Amino acid sequence: MVQLTLPKNSKPKQGKTWNKPEAGGNWREFHVYRWSPDDTENPHIDTYFVDMDDCGPMVLDAVIWIKDKIDPTLTFRRSCREGICGSCSMNIDGTNTLACTKGLDEIDGPVKIYPLPHMAVVKDLVPDLNHFYAQHRSIEPWLQTTTPEPAREWKQSKEDREKLDGLYECILCACCSTSCPSYWWNSDRYLGPAALLQAHRWVQDSRDEATGERLDNLEDPFRLYRCHTIMNCAKACPKGLSPAKSIADLKQKMVERKY
Amino acid sequence: MSFRTPLSNVKGLGTANEGSEHFWRQRVTGFANLLLSIFVIYAAYQLSGASYSMVKAFFQNPLHLVLAAAFIISTSYHMRLGMQVVIEDYVHNEGSKILLLILNSFFAGFIALAGLFSLLKLGLGA
Repeated sequence: MVQLTLPKNSKPKQGKTWNKPEAGGNWREFHVYRWSPDDTENPHIDTYFVDMDDCGPMVLDAVIWIKDKIDPTLTFRRSCREGICGSCSMNIDGTNTLACTKGLDEIDGPVKIYPLPHMAVVKDLVPDLNHFYAQHRSIEPWLQTTTPEPAREWKQSKEDREKLDGLYECILCACCSTSCPSYWWNSDRYLGPAALLQAHRWVQDSRDEATGERLDNLEDPFRLYRCHTIMNCAKACPKGLSPAKSIADLKQKMVERKY
Repeated sequence: MSFRTPLSNVKGLGTANEGSEHFWRQRVTGFANLLLSIFVIYAAYQLSGASYSMVKAFFQNPLHLVLAAAFIISTSYHMRLGMQVVIEDYVHNEGSKILLLILNSFFAGFIALAGLFSLLKLGLGA
C-alpha cells in the first residue's frame, strides 16, 4: 500500500533554538527543517530569529541571513535570486515555491521552511532531483526532425510561436511535481506535471516532426494517466503556469488521434 | 543497492501502449450515467411507495426495461474502471494489485449480472 506516514527515522523532531531576539531589532521567527546524512539523528525543526531590519524582503534573503549570521551549516540550493534558475524551490508556509520570489510579508506568523515534499533529502533543504531530471530527459526535450536541416533556421510563424507561451517558461524547479499527490504515490512510473508540461511543449512545437512518437511514449496508464486533475501543480507553480492544462491537452490529443 | 541509471529507472518496462482507451471509456460511461440518471430519478419518483405489481408493470414497458438495463451496465462498467484507477494509485505490491484488479472485475460483473437478472425477472417474468 501507499505509505501514508513517514518511516520512523524520517519523522521530524523538535530541534534547537539557535538564537534569541535581541533588543533593538525587528525579529522574525523561522522554523527550518534540518537533516544531515553524517549522523544517525532524525530530522529536526530548528528555530532561528532573523532581524528584519538587517535582512532583505524575500524568504531567500532570510535563509541566506541565517547561513551568514547564525548557522553556516544550513544547506540549501540557490543561484540567480530572481526566479529564473529554479534552484531555491522549497516548501514555504505549506506551499512549494521559490524562496527568492516569495515575500516574507506574504506569510503570517513564524516562517516554516521544509524541503520539497516526498523527495529523498540529500541534506537540510536539498532534495535529490536525479529521478525528476531523468523524467524530463525521458520525454526527449529537444527538437526532432527527419526533414534535412534547412540552410538557415527552422521557420515558425508568429501564431505557432504563441502556442509555446505558458510552456517554455518552465524553469524545472520541481514545485509542481512534488506538490502532486499522484506523483507522491507513483513517481516511479508517473512522469509528473513538470515533465508532462515539457512533453506538451514539444508536442505543440510546429517545427517538431516527432509528435506521434512523443504521444506514443505517453500512451501508458502510469506515465500520463495518473493525473487526476487535482490541480496542485497549477496552484504551486511559481511562474504561474498550468501543467494541469497541458496534461488535459495531451489527453485530448490522445483521443483526437484515435477517432 | 542498484547501479541502474536514473533514466533506466524512469523508462522501466516501457509504455503499455494503452491508457487512452480506458480514459475515454470512463468519460463515455460517465456521460451515459449522467443521461441515464435522469431516467432513474424519474423512475424513483414514479415508483416511490408503489406496490410490487405496479413496479412490475413499470418495467414491463420495454423502454423502461432497456433504459434501466443500460443504466446498470453503464454504472457497473464505470465503477470497474474507476476502482481500477484507485487500486493502481494506492496498491503498490504487484501481487495484491493484480489480485484486487481481478476481484474488482468479478465484483462489477457480479453486480451487473445480479441487477440485470432482477430487472429481467421483473420485466419479462409472468
